[in-house]
Amino acid sequence: MATLTVNGKQHNIDAAPSTPLLYVLRNDLKLNGAKYGCGLGQCGSCTVLVDKEPVYACVTPISVLEGRTITTLEGLGTPENPGPVQRAFIAEQAAQCGYCIPGMIVRTQALIEHKPKATEQEIRDYMAPNLCRCGTQVRILRAIRRALKETRTAEVVR
Amino acid sequence: MNAPHSRRAFLAGTGALVIAFSSRKAFAQEGGPPNQGMGPAGVKKLPGDLSKFPKTDSWIKLEANGRVTVFAGKAELGTGVKTAFTQCASEEIDLPASSITMITADTALTNNEGYTAGSHSMQDCGTAIRYAAADLRATLIELAATRLSANAAELKVANGVITAPDGHKVTYGELVDGLDQARDVRPETKIKPNNAFTVIGKPFDRVDIPGKLTGTEMYVQDMRPEGMLHARVVRPPGYGAKLSNIDTAKAEKLPGVIKVVRDGSFLAVVAQREDQAILAMHVLEDSAHWDDQTKLPKQSDIHNVMMAFPHDDTTILDKGILGQPGAKSLKASYSRQYQSHASIGPSCALALMEGDKLTVWSHAQGMFPLQNGLSKLLAMPPENIRCIHTEGSGCYGHNGADDAAADAALIARAVPGKPIRVQLMREQENGWEPFGPAMSTNVSATVDAAGKIVDWQYDVWSTTHNNRPGGAGNLLAGQHLATPFTPDPPKPIPQPEGGGDRNAVPLYVFPNARVISRFIPTMPLRVSALRGLGAYMNVFSIESFMDEMADAANTDPVEFRLKHLEDPRARAIVEKAAKEFGWQPNAKLPRGHGQGFAFARYKNLGAYCAVAMDLSVDRQTGIIKIGKVVASVDSGEAVNHDGIRNQIEGGIVQSASWTLLEEVTFSGTEITSRDWSSYPILRFTDIPDSVDVHVIDRPDERFLGTGEAAQGPTGAAIANAVRRATGVRIRNLPLNPANVKAAIGV
Amino acid sequence: MRRFLLGLITFGVIGFAAFFVWAWHSEIAPVRAADSTTYDPAVVAKGAALASVGDCVTCHTQPGGKPFAGGYPVSTPFGTIYGSNITPDQDTGIGNWSQAAFRRAMHQGVTRKGEHLYPAFPYDHFTLANDGDIDAIYSFLMTRDPVQQANKAPDIPFPLNIRLAAAGWKLLFLRQGQLVPDPQQSAEWNRGAYLAEALGHCGACHSPRNFLGAEKKGEAYNGGVSDDWHAPALNEKSTAAAPWTVEAVYKYLHNGFDQYHGHPSGPMQAVAENLAKVPEADVRAIAVYIASLSGTDDAAKQQRADAALMTARAKTPTVESLAATTGSATTGATDGATIFAGACANCHRSGGQSPRARPVDLSLSNSVNAPDPGNLLHIVLSGIHPQSRERGFIMPGFATTLTDEQIVALAAYVRSNFSDKPQWTGIDTRLTQARKHSGP
Repeated sequence: MATLTVNGKQHNIDAAPSTPLLYVLRNDLKLNGAKYGCGLGQCGSCTVLVDKEPVYACVTPISVLEGRTITTLEGLGTPENPGPVQRAFIAEQAAQCGYCIPGMIVRTQALIEHKPKATEQEIRDYMAPNLCRCGTQVRILRAIRRALKETRTAEVVR
Repeated sequence: MNAPHSRRAFLAGTGALVIAFSSRKAFAQEGGPPNQGMGPAGVKKLPGDLSKFPKTDSWIKLEANGRVTVFAGKAELGTGVKTAFTQCASEEIDLPASSITMITADTALTNNEGYTAGSHSMQDCGTAIRYAAADLRATLIELAATRLSANAAELKVANGVITAPDGHKVTYGELVDGLDQARDVRPETKIKPNNAFTVIGKPFDRVDIPGKLTGTEMYVQDMRPEGMLHARVVRPPGYGAKLSNIDTAKAEKLPGVIKVVRDGSFLAVVAQREDQAILAMHVLEDSAHWDDQTKLPKQSDIHNVMMAFPHDDTTILDKGILGQPGAKSLKASYSRQYQSHASIGPSCALALMEGDKLTVWSHAQGMFPLQNGLSKLLAMPPENIRCIHTEGSGCYGHNGADDAAADAALIARAVPGKPIRVQLMREQENGWEPFGPAMSTNVSATVDAAGKIVDWQYDVWSTTHNNRPGGAGNLLAGQHLATPFTPDPPKPIPQPEGGGDRNAVPLYVFPNARVISRFIPTMPLRVSALRGLGAYMNVFSIESFMDEMADAANTDPVEFRLKHLEDPRARAIVEKAAKEFGWQPNAKLPRGHGQGFAFARYKNLGAYCAVAMDLSVDRQTGIIKIGKVVASVDSGEAVNHDGIRNQIEGGIVQSASWTLLEEVTFSGTEITSRDWSSYPILRFTDIPDSVDVHVIDRPDERFLGTGEAAQGPTGAAIANAVRRATGVRIRNLPLNPANVKAAIGV
Repeated sequence: MRRFLLGLITFGVIGFAAFFVWAWHSEIAPVRAADSTTYDPAVVAKGAALASVGDCVTCHTQPGGKPFAGGYPVSTPFGTIYGSNITPDQDTGIGNWSQAAFRRAMHQGVTRKGEHLYPAFPYDHFTLANDGDIDAIYSFLMTRDPVQQANKAPDIPFPLNIRLAAAGWKLLFLRQGQLVPDPQQSAEWNRGAYLAEALGHCGACHSPRNFLGAEKKGEAYNGGVSDDWHAPALNEKSTAAAPWTVEAVYKYLHNGFDQYHGHPSGPMQAVAENLAKVPEADVRAIAVYIASLSGTDDAAKQQRADAALMTARAKTPTVESLAATTGSATTGATDGATIFAGACANCHRSGGQSPRARPVDLSLSNSVNAPDPGNLLHIVLSGIHPQSRERGFIMPGFATTLTDEQIVALAAYVRSNFSDKPQWTGIDTRLTQARKHSGP
């Protein structure tokens, strides 16, 4: 039995301690955001935040997460009230099939927190672990630039 | 009709009146008729797939609460067609999108529109929805005129409310009684004039994006019906491997394992938890003994091997007399390796066996063909099988989706009463999907002193590009059963759409030309449809060679193309891309930089697309870095401009990835490109600096399929720009760093 | 006494003056770079291969920058030195260097203007290169695309930032001259020795250095340090589980993977990527020489390597064995076995006939058997990533996934489970250093 803190709520999980977080999120907690893409940490579809840092949920055993804070796509906003990064992606219509986008949004969230003034090259380097097969990257980049800009503007207003 | 989950049962819940379809034809072959035209003896045919399914309520159905349900036989594959269908219906029926429920490809509910493939969705299905909605609206106005004792022409319609000049109103819902929704759409139906549009061609956000971006259950991978069990399959190591021996006891004893399913070389395991199923799958892999007789050709020699196989030749263009004299003649050969769909989410399916009825949720491209294939695989009557399209990740053709559905169906039959979810692993998806075929082309041409091509010969060698199910042998599991099914014999897709020879006939006007399609029935690797089929390779070849000929004629490549184009829309799209890009003949560029241009009309029937770009080639590494890309596209009447731009942008980036990097690798016995280590695709660091797409909207023209239009022009534009950057023409794909480095030297 | 002092001072002054005279180098007149088309393509190709042997592009290219345009930070115990622009740019590169100036730089570590170069530029090795090869490299460099990019001044504190200090270093450690072929050895071995010693400068990383940063000549190939990575011993002190045969060295260097040792990682990754572009015969010659450092009985080595491979395969866990050890346990957050099962075993496991990502058996991994946990920690933190757009194993980094305690536990578990060597000490402090090195 492991206790995980996901999107601000504590959950007791009855699974083997070596179980990758991805399957616990998707099946035990019924969260759809993190997706299975490769199970090898090569594509980023399963990206979630652990203590605000992006990690691959598919190669993260739940045993290492006791006492740490996990944030998934669902923790960033809801369909009724999408978060800033989600709003930027919607505004840019940055999806085709959309399967990789949750991982993109989560990684963008981390980028905003770590490098709010990221240059174009820094954005691309930071996003390089995440793959998109539909070729939506051009829009995703637009959405990221928008999210960065709007976050910076919001900071100034605050 | 006694389908287990009938349209009646489905709609009964909503309290709507239902009339089952009176007839349903066999599923369509790839390549339907043009969406408008004249039938035999000058009788006007209904447009789009209305010609096959004329009944109004098989497309759109008004309910007493004033809402409509739209039934699309085509599915959302991530291209945004669901949104475009919604726009078509909303425009013509005069209801907001929020009053429209969209049902897509479901054997119990929608028309059998075959596969969602070949960029046919808008022209076949979008057109049908539009006319059906327009006819329904017209009927409602006629009824309202009677009800309100007004002149139909004076009635105003807005948001499902019809208002007479005297202010009396009636809602759509109030007109449901006495409305004959089952009647055929009338051939004289008129759609709105484009100056009356409020939805079509206007900014309209994708209906599925907010849900997908916030973690709503959107994909078949996300489904979790009550009692669902997780299954995994164990695939053989190679195409020819047979399961000779396995002790399943170890796997069966693992925690959570419910059943090991084996039939011949088909092997699967069902468990309570997903992680338990994966563990058991690995244990089964470790316990299995395979007799592997697979023999694959040498990859580096694949094109020679294939061209040496027997082939059926068809002359698909024969014009004038070949062997014309001219100023200069050139010939060249081009090739591409096998390429993978490599969907970002490996294929997944759910299946539930209840009594003698089976329900399958799948992201495959054709629900009716899948139903047909499963019926043979399971020896069940098709009407006992319901296939419901549920989105998966982008497929770009025939990937592992059908196979996963067959896996789920076989397992569900072995574990009845429980929804079974099968998720393929990455290495299973990449190793077993049907690839886009390796291809070779030869082309030779002569240009005269005036710089016009006077003689053109083109040969294309290819296996089939369509091994979609129909037969159970086209479902992978069908080949692995103890009593296996044989795949259907491969057949070429005939012109004008074509398969391997799609776009092999150039759109350019040459006085003397011959094009031969050499169809190879032998398939060393499992192949099927990949976005664009042969069009990618043929356009790559033709458009590369057009540049070579332009050089031979000492003419700017854009001007050279225009010199050979008569179709005014083709000319316009070439001129548009050149203008927006700022194309300059002999532009002075820094060392190692080059500009490239290419154009095609997809299938010579679909959208027109031209691509201009600049790029640089790193001499040290051979790495190509794409800078600015500008594309123009003419999709006929543009329902959703941003949707078109999204498709073209994505097509450019995906085609750049194919062109720059992609090749399936294989050893003598097995496919070795199994994950993103062994099958790299473009990452963010390699994406073009910018991609701008310019849509030429032609509101008076019919819809032209767009989804595959950018693939060929992008590949050729890259090769053309590389030629100008380095002085070297590279004709064998991919243009990966090693191949570029080998071509340009130190 | 006064006389003695006077004598000492005089001697000192004369000595200092003599040093000055010795250390002073005149400027070699600038030239206008010749048209790149005037160079013999065969010589350029030869120079390209030799430049690849020398791994020149790595230290003369900043991350994401134009090749050979300089700017790569080379960290030394004395400060950071930036690789210079060696493109044929007339102003900022070596476009105005004559062939003689280039030869002098390679042999004596002096710029065209006569300034002393720091020994981060390994002229103590390049000095052994023959003129023909240096000229070929010159031809290669002079035919590159010129890039205007100013050189970056080194971040080195006083008094080492006085260029003359480098002259003092040379006086002590630079021995010019040619490598004398060993008549006892084959031509291939001698070719390999030349390539490895003169241009390959293998010893620059694989030999320990003294407090002044010079290679300890008596301890050549005993193992050294590069960029916070341990450069393993290549001689009989090698800790590799499987001996280095000629074939193994060849595959490791040329193919970037050898099933007995794994992948070149850290700074060695770029070395192998460059050697992939070198003619096979030359890489094989290097392999013959390097393998001979740890013994010349290749057949015996191969036997031991095969035995090690068998042992390693037997040690590599199956998912079943992993499940048995971790499945039911109520293990804590820092249980190495559980972390391994959940994070690593998906790839680092045995079994299954199907092709999949199969990295080296960890028992054979150089990093797991190294005397210092640094390399393993670097790999766990940053993962392994192939060069842009190339096929090659991808291992994700776990820097953000695992806490320090967890990484230490994992490293200790991997060491004790997969290596016969004694457990490392001080994994935690080494991890702190590695984290600092690899940045946030």
